[in-house]
Amino acid sequence: MEKIKTSQTRRSFLKSSLLASGGLMISFSGLSKYTSDSGTTPLLAEEWSEITGYIKITPDNVIKILNPNPEFGQNVMTSLPMMVAEELDVDWKKVIVEMGPHDNAKLGPQFTGGSNSIRMYWRPLREAGAAARQMLRDAAAQTWGVPVEEVTTKAAMLYHAKSGKSATYGEVASKAASLEIPKGVALKDVKKLSVVGTSQKNVEGLKIVTGKPLFAMDYQFDGMLVAMIEHPPAFGKKLKSFDATETLKMPGIKDVYSFKLYEDGFEQAGFDTRTFNDLLVVVGNTTWEVMNARKKLKVQWEPISDTKDTMAGRGGKREVIVPAGLESTPAQLAKMAEFATMPAQQLRKDGDPETAFKNAAQILERTYTAPFLAHNCMEPMNFFAHVTEEKALLVGPLQAPGWSEPTLAKLLNLPPEKIEIQMTRMGGGFGLRAYSHYMYEAALISRKVKAPIKLVYSREDDMTYGIYRPMYTATYRAALDANKNLIAFHVKGGGIPEHPIHANRFPAGAVDNYLAEGWTIPSNITIGAFRAPRSNFNAAAEQSFLDELAELMGKDPIDFRLELLKRAKEKPVGERNEYDADRYAGVLKLVKEKSGWNNPENKKYSRGVAAYFCHASYAAHVVDMIIKDGQPYVEQVFSAMDCGVVINPDAAINMVQGAVVDGIGNAFYGALTHKKGTPEQNNFNRYRMIRLREAPKRIDVSFVENEIDPTGLGEPPFPPVFAAVANALYKSTGKRVYNQPFINEWKLNSEKINKM
Amino acid sequence: MAVINLNVNGKKQTMDVDPGTPLLWVLREHLGLVGTKYGCGIAQCGACTIHVNGAAVRSCSLPVSAAQNRVITTIEGLSENGEHPVQKAWLEQDVAQCGYCQTGQIMSAAALLKTNPNPTDAQIDNAMSGNICRCGTYLRIREAIKTAAAQK
Repeated sequence: MEKIKTSQTRRSFLKSSLLASGGLMISFSGLSKYTSDSGTTPLLAEEWSEITGYIKITPDNVIKILNPNPEFGQNVMTSLPMMVAEELDVDWKKVIVEMGPHDNAKLGPQFTGGSNSIRMYWRPLREAGAAARQMLRDAAAQTWGVPVEEVTTKAAMLYHAKSGKSATYGEVASKAASLEIPKGVALKDVKKLSVVGTSQKNVEGLKIVTGKPLFAMDYQFDGMLVAMIEHPPAFGKKLKSFDATETLKMPGIKDVYSFKLYEDGFEQAGFDTRTFNDLLVVVGNTTWEVMNARKKLKVQWEPISDTKDTMAGRGGKREVIVPAGLESTPAQLAKMAEFATMPAQQLRKDGDPETAFKNAAQILERTYTAPFLAHNCMEPMNFFAHVTEEKALLVGPLQAPGWSEPTLAKLLNLPPEKIEIQMTRMGGGFGLRAYSHYMYEAALISRKVKAPIKLVYSREDDMTYGIYRPMYTATYRAALDANKNLIAFHVKGGGIPEHPIHANRFPAGAVDNYLAEGWTIPSNITIGAFRAPRSNFNAAAEQSFLDELAELMGKDPIDFRLELLKRAKEKPVGERNEYDADRYAGVLKLVKEKSGWNNPENKKYSRGVAAYFCHASYAAHVVDMIIKDGQPYVEQVFSAMDCGVVINPDAAINMVQGAVVDGIGNAFYGALTHKKGTPEQNNFNRYRMIRLREAPKRIDVSFVENEIDPTGLGEPPFPPVFAAVANALYKSTGKRVYNQPFINEWKLNSEKINKM
Repeated sequence: MAVINLNVNGKKQTMDVDPGTPLLWVLREHLGLVGTKYGCGIAQCGACTIHVNGAAVRSCSLPVSAAQNRVITTIEGLSENGEHPVQKAWLEQDVAQCGYCQTGQIMSAAALLKTNPNPTDAQIDNAMSGNICRCGTYLRIREAIKTAAAQK
């Protein structure tokens, strides 16, 4: 435990807000809740002055910056503190970075999702650094009796040139911590940034490569038991009865019981998705003993009836009916095909698309489908909980603890200030860890067994208790006049149980007559956010369709898109277009140049191109495919991104490369199918993940250089990869693919070709 | 339960444990060596890779009884301070994203380079395709292996 010195009382209170919007508060606080993992901090110094909520300095000038946001591989542990360091004026190499406590009042929204981390913290973190530097200068000026304007800083040192005086930040930190946090301190010109924009290594790299306990799976606590949950084997089933006699005889087993996650009528918040509500728990000493003992359970399951979920919503409480039934993939596909022909909800309409299609000389119509996808984070869902009558400690991987804390407080009947959630490094998230049923389950189990416990999902539990990427379909239609001009565009998309359509995205705005529609089919298979929700399917379908349309119109696929974007910029249709046509065109032009799009040398490859805009950033890819060992193989990829200012270039390249590999893998292989409600894939022997030998040899990443406020990279590069792969597959075989995972359709196509 | 004798990272360990327990769980829960990760439990993802007599082995599928009288090395024994050439190469290439699979990747790579100090691209692809990286850091894993090979 470290000692914190401030001039404030021990009770936390907010001192000021530097942000007019965005809700981030910067504070001094007594830090009664704060504990530091001093075991990982190689310091003798114990006394820290806290200057703004994000910065702590010792008298001997050791500087610590807290990362506010959950880390799941997007590298915010490095990139967010870099923004603070930029304005604080310290030597980055000497900064100690530490995961901050969960404290939304002090450290802002603290959620990872929607590619928001960089975007939402860009201003507040630089403001915190700048305010702290100002306070240090003020403290030095007061100490020296000189005007603050004459006090300069360099690398954690303060100088007064006229008198020749100098001091370290640490020497005045205690005084600085007692000052009011100034508002409106000027920030550096983006042209003059010296930390931001330089490649800095992952601050947790050494811990990762040496296997230090970073993850909740690694968390230890005295007297900790292990709990696992036996959930129904199929969606649409629930627990009827169980006999645990044999299980309880197994070594190390402490308890077997069932419980309800939510009592009837419990009001769930937006991310309180529940898949199975009646849960059968086995508690024991070690993970292996519990895993083994589960095999001895005798359980009866029964079909569910239609179930009512009560959800808290922005418009007040609403009730959602979860239908009964044991669903199978072929029947789901048939039902989607049926719904696709029925009237749907109109999402956007420009001009008179009906007449344009009636008068068209030619119509292109294509339908695309995609299956459920499991997130398959390498670290399965797990959470540590130690709940007593008075308080609760929860430690584990969550993308947005602040969204879950109110529900946890309700479930435990404890006030929020008695609940401490510690955020661990996540072994992947991809959207799934925005949902927190496994934290609630852990908390309720700990309370029931009156012991600290870690709830562990096996890989099979994790894959078959999913909050999956929904199953989607979309039918695209384009109308051409006699001169092959595009006169109307229509997309009608649906899904189980949500539709994928973003009605105001490209090519909305570029076509006079435009119609977007959506429909949904309810299901008891739970779904949720998956890396670039909806966009990950839209881009796949729409960008494949545009490729086929360009071909029909006799146009180069990049030039065709650029023509549409020119139209969208010069004479946009409608007013709600979400994208910036110039920036969209910018990534296409950049990828065209970098890939040598028209270079005859590249003719040896089957090339596919696609672009997309989502989560405030722009992405374009060219993939180069060959046939290797009889299989389609993406050998190299050129990626062009526009995410504004790039905070940490090498880490940004890593993100884009990872998204490209993930996109290729999911496009070719990703699928979670069901038979009578039971997932047909429950581990990596049946769920095919992309392997190293299937990854490209080269992924060349370029960024549009500009001074626009930075936006995220976790999601935007991912969606267009699917379509670039599909378009390259077409070049490779002469047959288009419309249904994910593409490897299945590719096999069918190549069998047909071989027979001809 | 049975008395099991292990040699882990150069240290003799004796414990009373069900002889069918996978070595993974003995390492993690009896010896506190949590650098070896659980990913799938069926030797499909490689997160639990360790060295047994110098060869890469999936510890989730090796009963502890079968690990007796053999030399076991985990990531903690490869080098506690990250000084092994493969760990250094991983840092140089800044491979990790979430980081969960990387200790298993490193153990697979270290075993490969021990028997084959200058692997070809195809040999790297073959040796490393049993380790899943969900974040897709495969290009950097390849680069790091080449970096480590060049340093030897």
